[in-house]
Amino acid sequence: MELYELTAHNLHELLRKREVSSLEITESVFKRIEAVENSVHCYMTLMKDIALEKARIADKIIRNNNNFNPLTGIPIAIKDNMCIEGTLTTCSSKILRNFIPPYDATVIGKLKEVNAVFVGKTNMDEFAMGSSTENSGFFTTLNPWDLERIPGGSSGGSAASVAADESIMALGSDTGGSIRQPASLCGVVGMKPTYGRVSRYGLVAFASSLDQIGPLCKDVTDSALLMNVICGYDKCDSTSLNYPVPDFTKVLGKEIKGLRIGYPKECFIKGINKDVKESIEAGLKKLESLGAKILEITLPHTEYAVAVYYIIATAEASSNLARYDGAQYGYRNAEADNIVEMYSKSRAEGFGKEVKRRIMLGTYVLSAGYFDAYYLKALKVRTLIKNDFDKAFEKCDVIVTPVSPTAAFKVGEKMQDPLQMYLSDIFTISINLAGIPGLSIPCGFTGNNLPIGMQLLAKPLDEEKIFQVAYAFEQATDYHKKKPVID
Amino acid sequence: MKITKDEVRHISLLSRLLFTDEEIEAFSKDLNSILEYVSKISELNTENVEPTSHPLPLMNVMRDDVVRPSLDVEKVLQNAPDKEDNCFKVPKIIQ
Repeated sequence: MELYELTAHNLHELLRKREVSSLEITESVFKRIEAVENSVHCYMTLMKDIALEKARIADKIIRNNNNFNPLTGIPIAIKDNMCIEGTLTTCSSKILRNFIPPYDATVIGKLKEVNAVFVGKTNMDEFAMGSSTENSGFFTTLNPWDLERIPGGSSGGSAASVAADESIMALGSDTGGSIRQPASLCGVVGMKPTYGRVSRYGLVAFASSLDQIGPLCKDVTDSALLMNVICGYDKCDSTSLNYPVPDFTKVLGKEIKGLRIGYPKECFIKGINKDVKESIEAGLKKLESLGAKILEITLPHTEYAVAVYYIIATAEASSNLARYDGAQYGYRNAEADNIVEMYSKSRAEGFGKEVKRRIMLGTYVLSAGYFDAYYLKALKVRTLIKNDFDKAFEKCDVIVTPVSPTAAFKVGEKMQDPLQMYLSDIFTISINLAGIPGLSIPCGFTGNNLPIGMQLLAKPLDEEKIFQVAYAFEQATDYHKKKPVID
Repeated sequence: MKITKDEVRHISLLSRLLFTDEEIEAFSKDLNSILEYVSKISELNTENVEPTSHPLPLMNVMRDDVVRPSLDVEKVLQNAPDKEDNCFKVPKIIQ
């Protein structure tokens, strides 16, 4: 087996036994990138020189220490909306095509502290707005399982890089499903932590009350290891939770006998693909065979989640993206005669269609005369959605749902009607509105060999239950061992 | 019809986005169809329901008013499209 095929925890063992070096692991990953990147297109920016330098530093630390963090010397890909000082950070937008951050995001600082190795910045939907990575201002990433299909979005580049072994693990961000959905479509494990668990300082903001950074990994153990590093209170983020971070690996291997797993009856929706439905049902049976109790629950306001999200997220985005005006950084139309023209032309020329659509929608729902009917109303329905989860978690420990109504769709298939694309977020979106944690784990394949993911949800701050169930499921199946064959 | 072309023009001004007539036309169509869909939340009775703007019960997170290091001016200006005398340079604002 090649080094790039292994998980971080496998590689950590080899590093501890001095059987391989971080340099060898990093070179292996870059060899893989050379072989398949021209087919998959995960990366906006590759950081090879920096990576090799960091690998050498990691090797020094490993040589002089018997105990080092499991992520030391491990190559990790970073979604291009997280600031790394001195490295291009574009958010896959033309408006930031030359932007070089003068500071590190907090999560980057944490990864530097444990001497992880940065492989590069991954492609995404522009400003994280999208579910297919087709809204990138530069190019579309393809799904390693079928190069005619999308990898999901907006963390499509990160998910595809892990699935294609072009990175050992990756960071993504999730506002309405942008980690979990591409994880599902690419056959990897993806988690959105409880809102506030991971600092957003240095994450380019899309919707501030919904955004969270999270891991995209080859298995549950790697996800827990990455969560251990990135979680924690940060005084630079005023929405950061001051709450202790457990060692998430401690629950891996605990049996799930007697745990109550709820399945919302609202998930039996019309548009769900047959293979997806059957995989989830088989997944529930597997969990039952491991001793969990399955029961039907209800989340009555599920059908309103997409509507609420596209009011709140776009409203917040219209505010967060107001800073891209050509004044202090980013693209500026230099021919403008006056300041308003400079703003209007720079933004019109720098932003892509979907970003403009969402800014317009957000501005409208916040504008005088419409604020009460749309934005304020949506905030109230958000309360109802949050209450649905609170009530459901009185009856169960973990909720299971599909992640996406379909497996990966073809490039271009949903680009004609934005609403079609929005509706594909039906299962992931309410999780961000409620602020609870959620994880996508591979649970099957369609008839044409496309990955299907199962979503596990828990109460706020109860990621441990999710990891416990996810690990038990993973160890009882072998979906996580399958890899795509890339032509 | 949820939003007229004139309203779309007004919103584009508020958003500081310059559009051609074709783009105004296209955005009007898109926004109408999306607004049509999201209006379904009006079906729900939300009397006596408090709005949730934030999933966490955090309020007024402040720090002490103490001076501490910030970014070097050089770093702050490094991405400036135009600069002069340690300032960002933009077209005249007050005519």
